[in-house]
Amino acid sequence: MNLLAAETEVLAPLASGWFLENAWLIPVIPAIAFALIILIGKRLPMKGSELGVASMLASLVLSAGAAYQWIQRVNSATEEQFVEPVIKSWSWWRSGGFDFGIGQHIDGLSVVVLFVVAFISTLVQIYSLEYLRGDRRYTHFFAALTLFSGGMLAMVLADNMILFLLGWEIMGLCSFMLIGHWWEEDANSRAALKAFFTVRTGDVGLLVGISMLYFAANDWTQENLGLSGFSIRGISAWALSGEPNSTVIMVAAIALFIASIGKSGQFPLHTWLPDAMAGPTPVSSLLHSSTMVVAGVFLVARLYPVFFVGLDILGSGGNLIMFIGAITIVISAALAFVQNDIKRVLAYSTVSQLGYMMLGLGAGAWLPAVFHIFTHAFFKACLFLGAGSISHSASHHSFDMKRDMGGLRKVMPITFTTWIISTLALCGVFPFSGFFSKDEIIDNVGNNGYNTFMIVGLVGAFMTAAYMTRATYLTFFGEPRGASAGHSSHEPHDAHGSHDSHDTHGDHDDHASHDAHASHGPHESGLLITAPLMILSVLALGSGLLNATPFGESWERMKLWVEPRAVEVVDSTYPGGPGESLFINVPSAEEGSSKSVCGTATPEKGVCYAPKLEHAKFKWSKAMLSMVIVFLGMAVSWILSMLLFTKRDARLVGLTQRVKILGVGHRFLVNKYYLDDLYEKVIVRSVAYPISNAAYWFNQNILDGILHSISNLTRKLSGWVYKNIDQRVVDGTVNNSATFTKSVGTAAQPTQSGKVSQYGALLFSAAAVAALVLVIINT
Amino acid sequence: MFVNQFLFLAAVLFCIGVYGVIARKNAVLMLMSIELILNSVNINLLTFAMRNGSTDGHTFALYIIAVAAAEVGVGLGLVLLVYRNKKTISVDELSEMRG
Repeated sequence: MNLLAAETEVLAPLASGWFLENAWLIPVIPAIAFALIILIGKRLPMKGSELGVASMLASLVLSAGAAYQWIQRVNSATEEQFVEPVIKSWSWWRSGGFDFGIGQHIDGLSVVVLFVVAFISTLVQIYSLEYLRGDRRYTHFFAALTLFSGGMLAMVLADNMILFLLGWEIMGLCSFMLIGHWWEEDANSRAALKAFFTVRTGDVGLLVGISMLYFAANDWTQENLGLSGFSIRGISAWALSGEPNSTVIMVAAIALFIASIGKSGQFPLHTWLPDAMAGPTPVSSLLHSSTMVVAGVFLVARLYPVFFVGLDILGSGGNLIMFIGAITIVISAALAFVQNDIKRVLAYSTVSQLGYMMLGLGAGAWLPAVFHIFTHAFFKACLFLGAGSISHSASHHSFDMKRDMGGLRKVMPITFTTWIISTLALCGVFPFSGFFSKDEIIDNVGNNGYNTFMIVGLVGAFMTAAYMTRATYLTFFGEPRGASAGHSSHEPHDAHGSHDSHDTHGDHDDHASHDAHASHGPHESGLLITAPLMILSVLALGSGLLNATPFGESWERMKLWVEPRAVEVVDSTYPGGPGESLFINVPSAEEGSSKSVCGTATPEKGVCYAPKLEHAKFKWSKAMLSMVIVFLGMAVSWILSMLLFTKRDARLVGLTQRVKILGVGHRFLVNKYYLDDLYEKVIVRSVAYPISNAAYWFNQNILDGILHSISNLTRKLSGWVYKNIDQRVVDGTVNNSATFTKSVGTAAQPTQSGKVSQYGALLFSAAAVAALVLVIINT
Repeated sequence: MFVNQFLFLAAVLFCIGVYGVIARKNAVLMLMSIELILNSVNINLLTFAMRNGSTDGHTFALYIIAVAAAEVGVGLGLVLLVYRNKKTISVDELSEMRG
């Protein structure tokens, strides 16, 4: 080892900088802002919202700086050099041999996600300034929103699984608070509870996975890297070291993946996501684009070596992640067709897109999946904010496409344009950003030999194009209906539970102004709402160019900056004391001449931090095929929508009633595959009811039986006692003692003052006396 | 190890807590004082756990934190009900048990 190190030239240290070294400030700022908003927010001129926006802006600046310096760092490395992440770690708490650290782990993946989260959070907060103006819990909303982003940011840059778990759970809690923001309505608080509990179901897996990994990896990581078994870097190296027992790492990977399923709304735990629409629209936008649901995908991407080895990614025949991803793509896309609520269509679309990310990760297309997180965040946030803009200014807080929308393209030109751009990006039309990421996933899945899954991906693309066209048609084309046609929508909205009804919660001035708005009919939203929309739509259009594979190698910036290089690393120094992060790594001798062994064989000389992955060669023929499929989906859906919703074609209207098999399918979809019924009626009842029945039976038969026999026995016994003992012996004694007790009682009566503090004083002085006695005896 | 300082801190907290329980009339402040007492005990446990290098004290402390959370829940519930019935949370008003 020493010889080798001497032979190889020691490379210059990688570039670093203030932003990279101090990236841990990024989540700390929102956390402090959260505390300040809670404490003094209500007294500030803008009710605390300025603190939230300012903290997110600060985080955005810091993460942009970190991204810039990370790019410099990558550029300062040679072509085949592993770019060391910037790790800083402090001991948080130490206890009986366990060392729980806290710190940052900045690499390409965390830089990308940090930037996206900070960026979207900033825009969403600006948007909320207008959208929630006059809301009853305005301050609390901003506090929770800020903490929510802070939790995600902390999770993204965590250097160990404990901090990761902390961020993960903070997000879970904040999503509960935000989804249930208008908890006065029963449906909203139920949705919040459902989201919380469904995600918690998955979180059990995270706990199990983390502890399994710790106990399996700790010895190895301590010995070889001097890191704890919680450290992400240590776990990654351990997973690829050829050391782990295959069963252990498989079970751990499955446990962690269950957590991802819960958080990222994958089948079969996706049911909470559409219900989470009960929250205010900015929350849905943040939750569905960059925070919360991406966390599950991020977990898989972050601990990719564990999943790579544990679930045999790139093995033949597919694996759990791919199956779940593929199922999710198709079933949620199918559900999006039967929704009338515009936000629910988008929710199912998110679920489906998350399925793509999972499919990509499962198939070894790590970079396209991460890139899809990046592009998806922009266009999905834009779509949600667009839906919010419509409900805010045109449809009087209704989200029902069939009843309250239609024909809005003329009155809301900005919202319409941004919506169209984002929809095209979502469908993956060529130069829009979704094309570069989604197509890349599908392409790479096929390239790695999973043809069936590639077809699933293409079917998903067809369905995506179709349901988005349907939603666009219903919202922006055709004749205006309901509220957007200027009808007052004061008829009760109880039929659907998820419209934003904050007009009923605002104070009275606000209510009046909203009514004034409504009487003017639909109009374009204000600048605070449209500005984020425009910024996001520009990114939805352009962000794909960061990894534009069709234009050749020099355009694949994301690949260069983000993908960890699968190089065997022989570290000459290891991260030592607190704050230590600059260290030199030396590539092993043969590296460069031979192919990387990472992920395929046991590394001999050093450690690997990432498995070697192949990238598909871009072919225009494949891209054209998926383009044709997307346009076909749009065209079919457009024609059907026009016939069905505008022309009321007699052959199509009521088809589900006339053709039995279609009716069954439609009902199946409307009832969401009966999964909610399965969870609530079957599983919950089959667990809860037998327990209560058994308890009742036990109570009635066994406990009561015992009690009856005891009481019978006692009655007989007492008869005898009464006759022989009580009458003769006791009575005499009792009469005497009663007189005695009475006199004592009268004497002690003043202490029973009924005052708790006096009792407390007596108690403590008695304890003090007892303690004193104890001390005297012992000395 | 600076065991003394920790123990002293715990003792001070304990005394403040006891004073609060005895002297305060407000039920919520009494609950807060009880929290102080519980946490001074926690500090003691952690101090000795640190000195002995075992995790037992930590485990106990975690249990106490959990139980204290439950206790506050119940306590605040009681205070709320008392307030509904009596329109006051001064404990001196609650002397129905006077002998």
